[in-house]
Amino acid sequence: MEALKRSFGEIRKYPSAVIGVIMILVLIGLAIYTVATIPYSEAIRLWRGGEDIWYSTPRNAFPVWTNWFTDVKQPETIVMFSEDNPDVTKEYTTTSSGKTDIKMSYTFDYTADDFPQELSLFFKTEYVAKEPFASITWETPDGRTIRVGDLAVSRKQTYRISQDEALVRRLGGEKPEVGLFADPESPDPENPQVLKGTYKINVSVLLFEDTGDASAEYVVFGEVFGWAGTDHRRRDLMLPLMWGAPIALLFGLLASAGISVLTMIISAIGGWYGGVVDGIIQRITEVNLTLPFLSILIMIGTFYSRSIWTILGATIVLSIFGAAIKTYRAIFLQIRESTYIEAARAYGASDMRIIFRYLIPRIIPLLIPGLVLGVPAFVFLEASLAVLGLGDPVLPTWGKIINDAWVNAALYNGYYYWILEPAVLLMITGLAFAMLGYSLDRIFNPRLRGL
Amino acid sequence: MSVEARPFQPQAEDQEQVETKRGSTSTFSRVAKYTLVRVIMLFFTVATGVFLTIMIANMGGYVDNIMRGNIREGLAMQMQQDPAYKEMQPDERQQYMASLIELEEKRLGLDKPFVTRAFRYLTNALVLDLGRAVQMTSDTGSKEVRLIILERLPPTLLLMGTSNLVLFFGSLFAALALSRQYGSIWDKAIIALSPTSSAPSWFYGLFLILIFAAVLRVLPFGGMVGSPPASTRWGYFLDVGKHLILPASGLIISSLFLSIYNWRTFFLIYSTEDYVEMAKAKGLTDREIERRYILRPTLPNIITNFSLLIITLWTGAIITETVFQWPGLGRTYFTAIGLYDTPVIVGNTIIYAYLLAMTVFLLDFIYALVDPRVKIGDS
Repeated sequence: MEALKRSFGEIRKYPSAVIGVIMILVLIGLAIYTVATIPYSEAIRLWRGGEDIWYSTPRNAFPVWTNWFTDVKQPETIVMFSEDNPDVTKEYTTTSSGKTDIKMSYTFDYTADDFPQELSLFFKTEYVAKEPFASITWETPDGRTIRVGDLAVSRKQTYRISQDEALVRRLGGEKPEVGLFADPESPDPENPQVLKGTYKINVSVLLFEDTGDASAEYVVFGEVFGWAGTDHRRRDLMLPLMWGAPIALLFGLLASAGISVLTMIISAIGGWYGGVVDGIIQRITEVNLTLPFLSILIMIGTFYSRSIWTILGATIVLSIFGAAIKTYRAIFLQIRESTYIEAARAYGASDMRIIFRYLIPRIIPLLIPGLVLGVPAFVFLEASLAVLGLGDPVLPTWGKIINDAWVNAALYNGYYYWILEPAVLLMITGLAFAMLGYSLDRIFNPRLRGL
Repeated sequence: MSVEARPFQPQAEDQEQVETKRGSTSTFSRVAKYTLVRVIMLFFTVATGVFLTIMIANMGGYVDNIMRGNIREGLAMQMQQDPAYKEMQPDERQQYMASLIELEEKRLGLDKPFVTRAFRYLTNALVLDLGRAVQMTSDTGSKEVRLIILERLPPTLLLMGTSNLVLFFGSLFAALALSRQYGSIWDKAIIALSPTSSAPSWFYGLFLILIFAAVLRVLPFGGMVGSPPASTRWGYFLDVGKHLILPASGLIISSLFLSIYNWRTFFLIYSTEDYVEMAKAKGLTDREIERRYILRPTLPNIITNFSLLIITLWTGAIITETVFQWPGLGRTYFTAIGLYDTPVIVGNTIIYAYLLAMTVFLLDFIYALVDPRVKIGDS
């Protein structure tokens, strides 16, 4: 035990081990923070959610920080709800004919160099029988007023300004998200410039009944969103990036620890009992080595279940009878003959006591570096299966992001952030454990220490 | 998973400990007995491994149900679309369809119980009668599994051969050079870079595609030949070469540094032996020392690695080939699994298993040839 402690103390002398430990601690911190702030059920609900949850986020938007590196600043997403927003005025007036008119004005600054992705209004109204009627106008910084559209609004109504064909015609064939923001004095009419300044969109909802109310959420879908960007289903990538950490760590550590410990116990039992037990273990190992590991995992994923627990179980079962059994067995055969085992036998220790108290502790120095070094392989295994489309169907993982990006030709379409973000996190995780593992290998294996 | 990542294959343990109780037997009978026992053992190992694969590839009959469902659905669709069947009475049509389904199930052997078929698959596979694919066809239109595999073999051999040979010899020579300048800046750089090998090759493939295909637009995203294919032989050759660069680089980068690091450490351990010191004292040149005292004793390990490398050529790289759309065996394997095409899966597996068994068998003899300390069949 003391020796083990001393060996761990050695870590401080290896800079790569220190960096590895720091990186692992940061990842564990991220994982704990994620699980604490976004509960599992909430994460699944958001990840599996469609347009009902992700209605106000842009599609395939780059992360906000990409604006720091470009000259052309892309617009951010603007979301304004008519209630409790200082930039929105809401007035109720009663017309001469006794109807209520609700006027909502949204004032916002638009300073980006490029046009937004889409414009939408999401109405919520209360009425009994007759649908209220909404008219929308647009005021530009240079004082022009443009009629956007008029429509009857039901209890929950989405008005996609960008898809209003009548408005397109009114704007002279220009897409609304371009035409409404374009500078009429642009030098090249084919390639309009953004008119920067304070815009105003006025929504007036006319209620035909005595009671009732209306509210509307106005969204300018930008080309950048959040710190991570969004995917093809408008989902904020921050969620799977954060949730990928606990899943990757859990999968990697459980698989690696499970395999290392079970392999060690099996080879200790084989080495101790010898004879038939050892023979059976050796034969199983040889058969197992002829099985194509990845192919069988793909078959299990395709035919049975893509659940991460099934895959984890299959990975462990297929790996415990691996090549490591032969290495461990050779060492156990050597230890078996040592005098202290003879002493243990002399005082009447049971087989199990000898295996767990005398044989296994001797091999722990070999086990620990192997365990740490095994983690990246399994983290990447999970990602590999996800890239093949065999990721867990429910969980948000880094591999699933890469798979989504790959299927949607992210690299071809230039959405580099979509693949780079999970890839960098995977790389960090892999490097962290590998750096620590190699240093531990050198610490625990004196034969390598000087090298 | 990658074999070249661990050159320290424990060789002494690999050798079967066959008890020879009578110490006075002649070399010939000892070797003959050992060979016989070894061949039988390996054969049973291969048979068990392949049988397990067959069971998994069928999921104990589960795939049969999927295939039955597919047949039913396919025929129903066919009947619905064909106006000729519209005239038939509903019950008459049902009867006709049932007979069609029965015929199709019989063609695929689904009428026999699963266990019977599993053993038939096994015996056929063991005698290398690979049979016919269920769904897949080769580009020439054949359903023979043998032809499908033979057709996809050259691309895999090209990709895996190029990358693995470059990797093997590159890392071997780099390691030899490094072990000579232990502690130099290059040596330190390799140690620092070795953790990069924790990422698989497809992962580096993504970055390579990003840089060279997406941003710089100098190399293709994937595939093996451009479209339209080049008309001249040279043009075709260059085109394939251009498509080969990225996947091969991905495969090389993902294991290069660890491979160099492992070989270097291995050589360093051997170069601290007393007899190497002795040779230095005698005034032998570095080259001489390397050849006689470092490479010679490590030859069994080098051979093991090289032979395992030859086996991996066969399996292809499933994910890398899929990511790069490389038309090789790895991708065929993946497609076959997706199509529940058991004959193709089993065909691939049996060849891999046989090659592995043959290599393991031959290695024992090669060890005995290159290392005088090893005696075949010696306990």
